[in-house]
Amino acid sequence: MRELSSTREAYGRTLALLGKENPDLVVLDADLSKSTMTQYFAREFPERFFNCGIAEQNMMGIAAGLAASGKTAVASTFAVFASSRCFDQLRICISQPRSNVKVIATHGGISVGEDGLSHHSIEDLALVCALPGFTVLVPADDVETELAVRMACALPGPFYIRLGRPKVPRLFDNTYQLTYGKAVVLRQGYDATIVATGLMSARALEAADSLAQEGIECRVLHMPWVKPLDEEAVSQAAAETGAIITAEEHLQHGGLGSRVAQFVVRHSPVPMEFVAMKDVYAKSGTPDQLLQRYGLSAEEIVRAVRSSVASKKRLLK
Amino acid sequence: MIEAQRTDRELQLIARNLRRHIINMTATAGSGHPGGSLSSVEIVATLFFRVLRHRPTEPEWAERDRFILSKAHAAPLLYAALAETGYFPTTELGTLRKLDSRLQGHPDKICPGVEMTCGSLGQGLSFGIGTALAARLDGLGYRVYVLLGDGECDEGQVWEAAMAAAHFNLDNLIAVIDHNKIQLDGWNKQIMNVEPLAEKWQAFGWHAMEVDGHNIPEIQEAFGQTGSPKGKPSVIVAHTVKGKGVSFMENNPDFHGKAPSAGEAARALRELE
Repeated sequence: MRELSSTREAYGRTLALLGKENPDLVVLDADLSKSTMTQYFAREFPERFFNCGIAEQNMMGIAAGLAASGKTAVASTFAVFASSRCFDQLRICISQPRSNVKVIATHGGISVGEDGLSHHSIEDLALVCALPGFTVLVPADDVETELAVRMACALPGPFYIRLGRPKVPRLFDNTYQLTYGKAVVLRQGYDATIVATGLMSARALEAADSLAQEGIECRVLHMPWVKPLDEEAVSQAAAETGAIITAEEHLQHGGLGSRVAQFVVRHSPVPMEFVAMKDVYAKSGTPDQLLQRYGLSAEEIVRAVRSSVASKKRLLK
Repeated sequence: MIEAQRTDRELQLIARNLRRHIINMTATAGSGHPGGSLSSVEIVATLFFRVLRHRPTEPEWAERDRFILSKAHAAPLLYAALAETGYFPTTELGTLRKLDSRLQGHPDKICPGVEMTCGSLGQGLSFGIGTALAARLDGLGYRVYVLLGDGECDEGQVWEAAMAAAHFNLDNLIAVIDHNKIQLDGWNKQIMNVEPLAEKWQAFGWHAMEVDGHNIPEIQEAFGQTGSPKGKPSVIVAHTVKGKGVSFMENNPDFHGKAPSAGEAARALRELE
């Protein structure tokens, strides 16, 4: 078993460290600092922390104003509020002027769990990827989260980083290096490629282990960058493995699967399967129950891989 | 730099000239929003020619006062004021709304002197709060002026921002409401009543003043009273007439978002001679 790690805890700790390194870093929250973990920054740098109350739209505008005055502005709330509630503010105040605002959202996906459908963020990647200029990424564990937050704060322009509520398996050690726009091969294989993001990458590895026992060797490509997509890695995966399965904690439209498919159909068509939420909202339950119920499991990835490998064989006949 | 203080009479002539620009620009473009541009003329003229500390040849000067046009459909007026103060040549005004012009239908940062992309109502004050907070963090003395429409106050975000500005004690933030009492579909009181306006801002913790929004000395005096009491943001509710200065546009909701025809423009310009 892999050790468990918390992405939002890593985020909060990283921000507090960055506060020392960068005097121009400011952080905003919308009355969720104890959950998003911006509270660590708030404690150390109260004069650079702005709690905007339960008013996310206003928060995004304030963040843009701070950014326009030379600050690196980090705005945090839950993913549902950061994306769908504030979409127009992300568009007008952040995307259109390419503001130096880092929207770092916690509680992404359905692994929010018991809070139920109003709090399950399953559209956020589609929404934010639709906005020109945004870099969108979903780290897989705490190690990658720290690197992602550091990189976002060091680079200019709008970022959306989606973190989760529950603890997730740690995939990386301290030798890991995150490169802008680059996917990471977690496991090599030539029968099919699983392209996964966020907590689904650990599940993709589980699925690959189980598939190996039946003689299917999968490549597992962890794709923290939903936008920009690592097209080179996808292209190579298509050419070398001939089948692609995407896995994400998001609706099947508009997120990682759609973006990979859009590239694959144009440049290197191969059979594809999509492990994602179908066109429904989930219910209350524990994170694991929900991921299982709504098909975001290693078993579902296994089924999708078998199906795409079968399609590939039919095509080769 | 702006030259020494102008007389009220000179400022009135400047206002008339801005109105002529608005008519010419919207007529040439064939679209745009003359009504709400004309109602804000004296407010913007007083700001740009008397109140703002700005350097038109150095638009990114860090210590400049910020002017944010939250009622962004009044873009023709903003462009006219920017051109007349020297941000770019007045000849460029004829490019309003044309492909590749810096003068977009609603302001974008590609135009020198434009602080933020605006056009989706209700967002300017939030942005203003961010810039006002930055002034405080950086120990800079600049002030932030945000011009809103009265119809714009229908937007909930305006009140989120109103609450936050008072909470953050931003006495370097000044909102001006162009209270022309008309929005696109008709009179405020028929579409969505915003009254009592000054009292609402007061209740949100602002220092509220009311002025005749076409009376330059009155506007100037109100700006002089902003910044105090300490720790309070100020709002000036400026009572205005939509379409002011052109008889057939005054109080006429039809000219909220309709450009004058060639004939109407000629008539308007005759009235503005």
